[in-house]
Amino acid sequence: MFSESKETGYISKEIKRELVSIVGAEWYLDSPNELYAYSYDATPIFQSMPNAVVMPGSVEEVAAVLKVANRHLIPVIPRGSGTNLAGGTIPIHGGIVMNMNRFNQIHEIDQQNLTATLGPGVVTADLHQAVEAVGLFYPPDPGSMRISTVGGNLAQCAGGMRGLKYGVTKDYILGVEYVLPSGEVLRSGGKNVKDVAGYDMTRLLVGSEGTLGVITEITVKLLPLPETKRTLAAYYKNLVDAARTVERIIASKIIPATIEFMDQATMKVVDDFAGLGLPTDMKAMLLIEQDGPEELVVRDIEKMAEIARREGAADVQIARNMEEGAKLLAARRAALSALSRIRPTTILEDATVPRSKLAEMVEEIERIAEKYQVQICTFGHAGDGNLHPTCMTDERNKEEIQRVEQAFDEIFRTALRLGGTITGEHGVGMAKLNYLDLQVGDGGIELMKRIKQAFDPNNIMNPGKLVPNHGRRRLVVKK
Amino acid sequence: MSTIPEKTEQQTGPACESASLINSENGKLHKFNMDEILNCMHCGFCLPACPTYRQTGRESASPRGRIALMKGVAREQLPIDEEFENNMYLCLGCRACETACPAGVPYGSLLETARGVIEENKKSSQRPSWIRRIVFEKLFPYPKRIKALGTLLWAVQATGLQSLAAKTGLIKIFPRAMAEMQQASGKIASPFERKKRKRVMKAEKEKLFTVGLFTGCVMDILFYETNQATARLLTKAGCDVVFVENQACCGALHVHSGEMDLAVRLAKRNIEAFEQANVDWIVNNAGGCGAALKEYHHWFHGDPDWKERALAFVNKMRDANELLAELPSLTFGKPLPVRITYQDSCHLAHGQGIRNQPRELLKRIPGIEYAEMEQADSCCGSAGIYNLTHFDMSMRILDEKMENVKQTKAQIIATSNPGCLLQMKQGILRAGLQDQMEAVHVMDLLDRAMQSPHE
Ligand SMILES: Cc1cc2nc3c(=O)[nH]c(=O)nc-3n(C[C@H](O)[C@H](O)[C@H](O)COP(=O)(O)OP(=O)(O)OC[C@H]3O[C@@H](n4cnc5c(N)ncnc54)[C@H](O)[C@@H]3O)c2cc1C
Ligand code: SF4
Ligand code: SF4
Repeated sequence: MFSESKETGYISKEIKRELVSIVGAEWYLDSPNELYAYSYDATPIFQSMPNAVVMPGSVEEVAAVLKVANRHLIPVIPRGSGTNLAGGTIPIHGGIVMNMNRFNQIHEIDQQNLTATLGPGVVTADLHQAVEAVGLFYPPDPGSMRISTVGGNLAQCAGGMRGLKYGVTKDYILGVEYVLPSGEVLRSGGKNVKDVAGYDMTRLLVGSEGTLGVITEITVKLLPLPETKRTLAAYYKNLVDAARTVERIIASKIIPATIEFMDQATMKVVDDFAGLGLPTDMKAMLLIEQDGPEELVVRDIEKMAEIARREGAADVQIARNMEEGAKLLAARRAALSALSRIRPTTILEDATVPRSKLAEMVEEIERIAEKYQVQICTFGHAGDGNLHPTCMTDERNKEEIQRVEQAFDEIFRTALRLGGTITGEHGVGMAKLNYLDLQVGDGGIELMKRIKQAFDPNNIMNPGKLVPNHGRRRLVVKK
Repeated sequence: MSTIPEKTEQQTGPACESASLINSENGKLHKFNMDEILNCMHCGFCLPACPTYRQTGRESASPRGRIALMKGVAREQLPIDEEFENNMYLCLGCRACETACPAGVPYGSLLETARGVIEENKKSSQRPSWIRRIVFEKLFPYPKRIKALGTLLWAVQATGLQSLAAKTGLIKIFPRAMAEMQQASGKIASPFERKKRKRVMKAEKEKLFTVGLFTGCVMDILFYETNQATARLLTKAGCDVVFVENQACCGALHVHSGEMDLAVRLAKRNIEAFEQANVDWIVNNAGGCGAALKEYHHWFHGDPDWKERALAFVNKMRDANELLAELPSLTFGKPLPVRITYQDSCHLAHGQGIRNQPRELLKRIPGIEYAEMEQADSCCGSAGIYNLTHFDMSMRILDEKMENVKQTKAQIIATSNPGCLLQMKQGILRAGLQDQMEAVHVMDLLDRAMQSPHE
């Protein structure tokens, strides 16, 4: 029963009264400006108005709001900080945006079990700061970490710059409390490192993009904070040498914490913002970081510097201290936003390939940009084979946007041909909906739909995202 | 699904392609630069930097949200109504978001445009906002009236005659502000003292430059002594200091309130006054004024002559910290054994990029123990007249700030802007720290360290 009528989001006076009585007038917003402010997220071009915004303050309020919405078949769109890049929080069918920012408490940092328990609205970098203060470490660090919420990270299975050595969000989620559209509050997992009691609902909820239920509490795994870290920058006269360096480093059995890649245009804009004095005459750079015990870090950094030189790096520089390294990485985190200096609209993609195919993928992206005459810059988590080809364009130019779509279409297909994926970390949301079946097949989509139905029979949870509603979608370029 | 007509579903383009012009009711055209608006890619990097977002958690109170609302208005998807006005004025205009923004979105100028659009629209619909009207039309353009206010404040302070303020009606204009200024401002110079000011103060060593001091309107009354201290420091650093006649208010508050016409009038007066004075540098000691003074050339679009004169003026404009840090080093004879921290002025740090200079100067004072504050460059909530127009939000922001101040365990908070100084004084009182801490303008502090004990 996938109701998709345009009336789904309508909130009558009585329903509004019910919702206000649950969350309180201060936390129920429905004036035109407020609705407009929740009509978008960090995804370019997509926009659609919700009918109301609620900011619940407790799990009871979440459950009560969901019950009302479920009864009246009103879509509910959970939202953290709205930094996702897949249209995941666009209220495409109207309805209620459920902003989870008030769940911003860290309830406990358990130094015996190395876990932290927190609300989903905690900002990722705040979690980092809190656990590092007691010598612990929460590795997932998406570029947006100073803004994004841990709930949003969980729902997107966010990656980051330390994915190469430490994995991504899913590797750190031990337990969740969540609320189903029916209002039932459930728990899955907990502080146990081992837990095989039944299906792994925790893992299922990670990356569920708000389509199954609302996460209200999270228990994460922590590690001891590495003793030290060191950063290395290698500059190249061509892209492919840089990509090959990455392949060689991994093949030589060194696993650094981070290998990030930026091409020339990206270096330029990042430098404009951060004023680092990067050699912007170079075609590409790698930013490599290793952490751990001092001797190991020094040994690995030297080895990697050697490999970089051998593979043709024009210049290799080791950051003098941790602050200098941190500055370089912070600048890299700003890459996507900095690129939007160039043209009005910045569309970024997330094609990911096995690491051994990185050089080939980089070359393909260059070729495709040339073929469709669009401006594409590439940066990304090279160590994970996770590239962010980013197109600088202008949403007002329909003809150009169409060429952009064609170019990205070809990039996705190339990634799949090389054994990669259409999205490494940004998720399906609305943006990749048309490509999902290419990756998981009809059978995969059918099963996802049935899972979705089991959690959310009325399809009120973030409808129009992740799971296609109507059969198999024809693969078309948006016209 | 949508309570607002138009544009729902997935948008593939704005309502109007060229979208940089919108029509107001009286047929005048305002310009929102759509390219600048579109430069914002909604990444949210600015969110944690924004004090009003931190306080409310509401997207509409964030830079990203405000820019989206401007986009909505520019595309005629949202009306220019009271709600939009409230949202645009809830912004402090502190421009912390500009510093945080990797995309280089010129938020400050977008905000000025938005407020201009609002004020223009209000004029046509006869909706004056009286507090701003009174302050801007009746007070700031007339130095005499400000002097009168100064005299009044002086009298109130000297005699404790609260009722006098009430009688003249001034108390109605600034009900809380009057009480606050009285409580927070230091000794206000008597009219007599101001009259005996020398017009030129000579360099105390070999003369390097002639400097015109921009005394500011409120600054010269509430912080007359700070102006004198600034002048003394400049003479010790080798400058002749001229108190230029006929200068007016800088116009910053007018621009930030969408009153462009009035602002331009003030700018012209200042440009003329300093042209006649024929100085090497023009120095101001109020971060808020300085940012506006350095942007005069942006106020004269379509008037190349004035634009050029404005540019010449701007090229001479320096913040006092900026010039003093560049001049051959001042030597401070008097050690100050205190722990001190610095609160950035938003318009000095985010507006003019001046962060290191005041810190460096302070660190040169012998005996000083400098403690950097967390989020020192986050707005204190004073923001021009924000603490008058949005008292409650301003105080929430101030209380958040005072938590960070307390952490530093400093005995002195130095600032570089009169508004911030008053606000910090107010914050110290609110936090009950008046026995442990004082707020001082950087110039006054440097001047203290300059004077020998017997002076
Ligand atoms: C500049 C920039 C850099 C980025 N860098 C990276 C990167 O390096 N790696 C990476 O993986 N991503 C990156 N992202 C994408 C984005 O930041 C992440 O997807 C992040 O996890 C989103 O968090 P959020 O709090 O903003 O969530 P939102 O965008 O608000 O929501 C994301 C999804 O989670 C759901 N959701 C949110 N909270 C809950 C909840 N409590 N319960 C159920 N569902 C919920 C929403 O419905 C939505 O589907 C970047 C984005 C930007 C703008
Ligand atoms: S103003 Fe800048 S930092 Fe803020 S959302 Fe827009 S692009 Fe990002
Ligand atoms: S100017 Fe200050 S208050 Fe206004 S949006 Fe920017 S950071 Fe927020």
